[in-house]
Amino acid sequence: MTGLVYGLMALGLSVIFGVVRVVNFAHGEMMTLAMYLTLVAFSALKLDPLALLVPIAAALFVFGYLLQIGLINPFINRPEHSQFMLLVAVAIILVNVQLIVFGPDAQGITTPYSFDSFQLGPVIVDAAKVYAAVAALAVSGALFAFFRFTLTGKAIRACADNYDGARVVGLNVKRLYALTFGLGSACVGAAGTMLMVMGDVTPAIGPAYTLLAFVIVITGGLGSMPGALLGGLLIGVTEALGGVLFVPSAKSMFAFGLLVLVLLFRPQGILGRKST
Amino acid sequence: MKRRQFNKAIAATAALAAVPAAVPYVRAQAQKLRVGVLLPRSGVQAGIGQDCHRGVEVATKVLADMGLPSLDIMNGDTESNVDVARARAERLISEGAQLLVGAFDSGQTTAIAQVAEQRGIPLVINIAAAPPITEQGYKFVFRNFATAPMILGDAFANQLEIFSVTGNAPKTAVFMHVNDTFGAAMQKGFTGVMSKFPQIPYKMVDTIAYDPAARDLSVEVSKAKASGAEALVMVSRLNDAILITRELVKQRWNPMSVLSMGPGWYEDQYLRTLGKLSDGPMSFVPWYDPNKKLTKQLEAAHNKAFKDINLNTNHVYTFEALLVAADAFKRAGSAEPKALADAIRATNIKDNVSPGPGIQFDAKGQNSALKNSAIQNRGGKLVTVAPKEAANAKPELPMRPYNKR
Repeated sequence: MTGLVYGLMALGLSVIFGVVRVVNFAHGEMMTLAMYLTLVAFSALKLDPLALLVPIAAALFVFGYLLQIGLINPFINRPEHSQFMLLVAVAIILVNVQLIVFGPDAQGITTPYSFDSFQLGPVIVDAAKVYAAVAALAVSGALFAFFRFTLTGKAIRACADNYDGARVVGLNVKRLYALTFGLGSACVGAAGTMLMVMGDVTPAIGPAYTLLAFVIVITGGLGSMPGALLGGLLIGVTEALGGVLFVPSAKSMFAFGLLVLVLLFRPQGILGRKST
Repeated sequence: MKRRQFNKAIAATAALAAVPAAVPYVRAQAQKLRVGVLLPRSGVQAGIGQDCHRGVEVATKVLADMGLPSLDIMNGDTESNVDVARARAERLISEGAQLLVGAFDSGQTTAIAQVAEQRGIPLVINIAAAPPITEQGYKFVFRNFATAPMILGDAFANQLEIFSVTGNAPKTAVFMHVNDTFGAAMQKGFTGVMSKFPQIPYKMVDTIAYDPAARDLSVEVSKAKASGAEALVMVSRLNDAILITRELVKQRWNPMSVLSMGPGWYEDQYLRTLGKLSDGPMSFVPWYDPNKKLTKQLEAAHNKAFKDINLNTNHVYTFEALLVAADAFKRAGSAEPKALADAIRATNIKDNVSPGPGIQFDAKGQNSALKNSAIQNRGGKLVTVAPKEAANAKPELPMRPYNKR
């Protein structure tokens, strides 16, 4: 179930890369930003984090939109290493701002269901993870529907498929790129809100989440939306099974082992398309 | 610029560049000892690193009250990373640190010890339990903290006392440990030291190692629960202790006791974060002797500075590392590294805070006379439950089930 939330986080990365062709190296740090926003909003408003999901996602949408318009657009046609350095710089700035504002200690929130669990026969299921997984599925479904059924969603897909063609037919590509970056960031915002239900946040965990998002999207297929969700699920299940059946301290090794296998036998990822 | 002016500028620059060469002489005459304090103040161990730093903040006043010389503290953040720890140690020495203190974590401390020895600058370890640090034949490394076998030996002795006092004892236990330098050292020592205590009533049914940076420990706890053990023996850090407690509640597992042989379970952040769920675990750790005069002095200064935070191991041993530094500086009458190291080696502090006869170092630079205590979390406070000569409360065993609090 945690894998579904990770999948939603990776979905944001996949959407951004699939359309804008920029790899967001500040992805994990943006998620910790969402987690801190959830923490602050929860402390101030005493609202359930799941009720904060939409406002936090909206806040991250605005953040992503402005980031794309103000910083990333000028780098769109620059070499990839320039884009890489830009986003790494954004990541470092985010980590340090979070350290200054919130300090290095792990911080969490306690909801009325934080310690609840469901008993299904011999299996005990964490209630918070169930709620978060359901919310992750709902947000992913809404995103799929947006891209499939709305005109704006279709326009974004057109940009992804053929950049020049989209410009020829008069689409405002810059605005659509900003919208896409905003949507990818909103996914991260929603995932961050759900992760606050399941655990604590420290500024230092951002890079680990960025790495995790890469592992998931590369496994599922970079640029593929269903691939990101599937990748999240697979990584989550692989870690859990690796921990239960073998050595818990090496569970990350199994996730990376899966990644290596995918890269060996299907380099484009499980649901990714071969580049032509 | 004319040629003559250019030559003058070059000469002036060269003169300025030559000044640092005179610094060692100036340092030797300094009124204050420049102490580089290396702690993990960010990263996964940030909470504990920040906590250790409270010991530094309180030390200045207490040391002054004791008539010891002032210390000029230079802070270095190891970022909970071994490579960063090594680099920060190098930098602090380059910036003029005459003695190093740190670094809470065994892996980071090992790296700093190598730098200290190479550069000939004394290192006084505040907290780090991996035995090899003082087994390398180093001449500039000193540790006023228990090694893993010392912690384990005292832990088993204190457990026997607690089982005897309460009349309750688990028959089986599962051992969970963080998979870092400290955790691995404890795990290695565990079986060997336990075999010296045949009276220990529980049998270890499983050993589970986990990643120190883990975000989710549900799999590890479910595996521990599945072992059917009555007690949970822990070697952990802070964040993982909180994660494990949450999982114990969620997975509806109420072990008879949590017996911790490391940090995490007695930290203030643990108590604050978990509230009533923090009650019950026992920690078998280097602690302080509440009856010593200096303890009362330190506790008063600490409570004044941090009124909502209990005095704990992190504060005490960081303070004592600075006490060793100030005492040696006073006796050496110099900040020259060799003289300082010789003075530290001859340390004989009776008026201290930690349990045992005081602070002295053996030929390896280890204070081997330290004693450890057993403490239990009770109502957001910490009470000492063993050994009985240092106890201020009776142990509670079994601990109250999580679902009945």
